[in-house]
Amino acid sequence: MSPLLDMALLFAFGCFGLAQLCCLYRVVFAPGLSDRVLALDTMAINMIALLTLFGIREGTAMYFEATMLFAMVGFVSTVAYAKFVLRGDIIE
Amino acid sequence: MSALGEIVIAVLLVIGGGFGLVGGWGLVRLPDPMTRLHAPTKAATLGVGAVLVASMATMWFRFGILSWHEFLIALFLFLTAPVTGLFIAKAHMHLSWKREELPPPAPGADWATYGDSAAESPMVAALEEPRRSE
Repeated sequence: MSPLLDMALLFAFGCFGLAQLCCLYRVVFAPGLSDRVLALDTMAINMIALLTLFGIREGTAMYFEATMLFAMVGFVSTVAYAKFVLRGDIIE
Repeated sequence: MSALGEIVIAVLLVIGGGFGLVGGWGLVRLPDPMTRLHAPTKAATLGVGAVLVASMATMWFRFGILSWHEFLIALFLFLTAPVTGLFIAKAHMHLSWKREELPPPAPGADWATYGDSAAESPMVAALEEPRRSE
């Protein structure tokens, strides 16, 4: 891994880490219920990016399965949470 | 790895990181829930998309293999991000807007949160006074 790629990876790690912290702040101090759901959804998406960055650093394809799982579980949980907020019930 | 490959991957990583940071910061700084919805759903998918393309480029320039996993993940994200955005926006509208402020439903129909079946919903019943979260 060359110095250029190392620096770019470090920058991307820092950016997504900071974004994750911003989302965490929004989860804890949310003005409304929908903001909290949105922040949780964004945390799942940022986690996908962090896992992919880790895969680039290690040079392995092992983390793609974990990334795919995060994408699917994040989507389903966000939809279920939004449905619960809307109707108080998930499967009617 | 060739110099060209390194530059391409580094640029993609920096673009992705920048978009991710803007998305997270917008979630904190933007003033009301609808604009807050706009920041992460657009910026985070663009950021994650750039990072996934960077991962694809890494696999190609380092090992010479074309990796399809990232393409699948990006496709899944681009398909699901509008759906989650729509769901969250709808939940926000029905929870904190007054009925007159909602767009009119189809003729002869009613919103599920206000129609006949609304009485069965404990979440709607708990909200006597619609409240704004801005």
